[in-house]
Amino acid sequence: MFQNITLVIPLLPLLAFAIIVLFTRNNNRTSALVAILGILASMAISYGVFTEALSEGHELAQHPFYGAPIVWAPFGNSTIEFGWFIDPIGAVMLFMVPTVCLMIFIYSVGYMRHTHVDEHGHHHSQDDPRYARFFAYISLFASMMLLVVVSSNLLEFFIGWEVMGFCSYALIGFWSFRGRQERHIDEAQVGRARAASIKAFLTTRVGDILLMSGMILLFITAGTLDFTKMFDPTTLNEMLLGESPLLGWTWPTLIALLIFGGTIGKSAQFPLHVWLPDAMEGPTPVSALIHAATMVSAGIFLVIRMFPLFVFASATGGQAMEVVAIVGAFTAIFAATMGLAQNDIKRVLAYSTISQLGYMLAALGIGAFVAGSFHLITHAFFKALLFLAAGSVLHAVGTNDMFKMGGLWRKMPITFITFLIGALSLMGIPPFAGFWSKDEILLEALREGFFHEGVPLTLVQFVYICLAAAAFLTALYTGRQIFLTFFGKPRDEHAYAHAHESPAWMWAPLAVLAVFTTFLGLWNTPFLPEFFRFVGEGGLLGLAEAFAHTEFDVLAQVSMVASVGIGLSGFLTAWAIYGFRPVAAGQPDPLARLGILWRALVNKYWLDELYGYKINLDGTAQPGLLIRFFGALSRAAYWFDRTIVDGLVNLGGWIGRALASLWGAFDTYVVDGIVNATGSTTGEMAGWWRKIQTGNVQNYALIAAAGAMAVAILFLLRSFT
Amino acid sequence: MILQIPLVYYLILAAALFCIGLFGALSRRNAIAVLMGIELMLNAVNINLVAFWRYGSPDPIADQAGVVFALFVITLAAAEAAVGLALVIAIYRSRDTVNVEEIDLLKW
Repeated sequence: MFQNITLVIPLLPLLAFAIIVLFTRNNNRTSALVAILGILASMAISYGVFTEALSEGHELAQHPFYGAPIVWAPFGNSTIEFGWFIDPIGAVMLFMVPTVCLMIFIYSVGYMRHTHVDEHGHHHSQDDPRYARFFAYISLFASMMLLVVVSSNLLEFFIGWEVMGFCSYALIGFWSFRGRQERHIDEAQVGRARAASIKAFLTTRVGDILLMSGMILLFITAGTLDFTKMFDPTTLNEMLLGESPLLGWTWPTLIALLIFGGTIGKSAQFPLHVWLPDAMEGPTPVSALIHAATMVSAGIFLVIRMFPLFVFASATGGQAMEVVAIVGAFTAIFAATMGLAQNDIKRVLAYSTISQLGYMLAALGIGAFVAGSFHLITHAFFKALLFLAAGSVLHAVGTNDMFKMGGLWRKMPITFITFLIGALSLMGIPPFAGFWSKDEILLEALREGFFHEGVPLTLVQFVYICLAAAAFLTALYTGRQIFLTFFGKPRDEHAYAHAHESPAWMWAPLAVLAVFTTFLGLWNTPFLPEFFRFVGEGGLLGLAEAFAHTEFDVLAQVSMVASVGIGLSGFLTAWAIYGFRPVAAGQPDPLARLGILWRALVNKYWLDELYGYKINLDGTAQPGLLIRFFGALSRAAYWFDRTIVDGLVNLGGWIGRALASLWGAFDTYVVDGIVNATGSTTGEMAGWWRKIQTGNVQNYALIAAAGAMAVAILFLLRSFT
Repeated sequence: MILQIPLVYYLILAAALFCIGLFGALSRRNAIAVLMGIELMLNAVNINLVAFWRYGSPDPIADQAGVVFALFVITLAAAEAAVGLALVIAIYRSRDTVNVEEIDLLKW
């Protein structure tokens, strides 16, 4: 019964993090071992839960594994309880996340050991100065992603989500550290890494604030954050009753869109995608971790978790799903165009990630829940593979610039083959995993948009066109990447001469991921939709009926041919431009003839200049116009605050002080004067009078006798009168 | 017989004695002499008491209050002399003097 120890899954990597930080931080090998053992143990339990979930079949959707033993915050009529919640898609995530994480961890053992060549041509290997810390961070990262996957409660989800935000910050800026070690410090890299980590953290923070406000509103209106309770039809219908404060939207729509704001930030959708390409400054395993298994997947997973709310919002007159679809589709094509013009091998992959995440969201937005979810899973595997293979390349040649590579397939055959498998999968070439999931999305969009009974759905048509065009561009830029990196003549003889196949620590994970990438797609082919039967047939909590799944009919076959055609044509275009006549050293990109359009792509449509934060190659950074505008605004507000507000406050203080010193003078001179006068008068008089205290007893007696005599005389005088 | 001498004689005698005692107490430097002056004053009072008893009371035989008062004063005088002399001796032992003008510790 693994399901009852589901909560241990995130705890094990967390424990590994704690052990590394507290005990083994000075020992690199042990730290790596601890991290790998942590994720391995967690993977074992995850697989146990996954197997149990599979044996439940689609029944699991309506009767998920659920337990909430930890009472976190009891309120009056609601209690926030932490626990676990595993429905079919959660179970599949439990299969994907630890597997990909483990591969990345193993890869990191080799990757974080830098090789450099001295002047005599000898190779020296040396661990990164913060090798152990790296493993601590990625353990924490994996742990928090697993927490997100198993959480039963949106607040619990949010904890994992936010800690991941911190981890991404720490890891993107991992090389902003100026160590005391003799490692050569590249000041430009330090500056870029520092700026990129801050940029990533702050940009995602915008989304996180939206998510948090959505969460708070959800708790106010629905009274619960528990995934098993909030999609209850009565709860949802009660939410409809209240009037939301914004534009006449219903509460569910407003909340769904605020939550989607969190996804936009975390999954790098337009307009908050600007952080992701710069996040490439982190070590490559981190890029793989962020792009495949953890961070950006969490954003998609959030929409998957809240999917019934989106559906309900759209069904009751809101536009939640439509917004998701439009943002996703637009981002898919928008990021794909920018990916075309990048020279950094990792940045191409970064844009492809943004684009593929757009695919998933577009699929979810048009209601193709299963297709979107499946793409999330397959994408995680092939994108991790692509990143790790790209990391293997740049580990070997020491540069990210594809125009300094070329012809590398001879030097690093394993890396080449695995990269090729990942790239074909990304392009949507059968039989690799990406083909099946991407084709599924395109088919759903095609069917809903153009062959829908009744009204044609313009929105879905737009989505289909965007996605199809993005598929073409994806094949084009991926082909460009392959030809520039692995084919043609070496454009940098020095880098080429030192290139070598990576050690087994690095290529073994590549091989494993390549196997997954090759065969995972067979899980959900149109003729054998096992994945659909598991994830889609039971619906979701709050959505009892099964998701629509269409037969493998003529339309599906046409769509399949079309998507293969699109992929191949993109790849062939890439071959025509970059493969047929390879780019020679020093020659500009052939596509640069596009002129102003090309410059727009290279400069990422100047969005960094507009509202982002432009990070230059030399490590300096300039804020964009919008940031500058807000900077000027805050400076103006600061001036107003300092001069006017503080002036008034100071004036008030000054008047108060003047009055107070007046009263102080009165107190000092008048009140104290009276008191002191009383005291000093008494003292003076006492000084005179005490002189009669001579101590001579005869004086006293004389006075007493004189007094008695005086009394007697008085008495006598009185008796005479 | 005794009553042939009028009361005022006794009173004058007592007043004279009191004045002599007062003068001695105030003017003598020797503490012993001061004590002796005080004794004279007390005895002047005794004369007064006895004289008023004899002349003032309607029935001197039944009413003995004046004589008893005088006896109390004599007892008091004896006690006073004892304490006073003891004090004088104590002072003498510590300060080697019985001159009251030099004994002025309790001044301002």
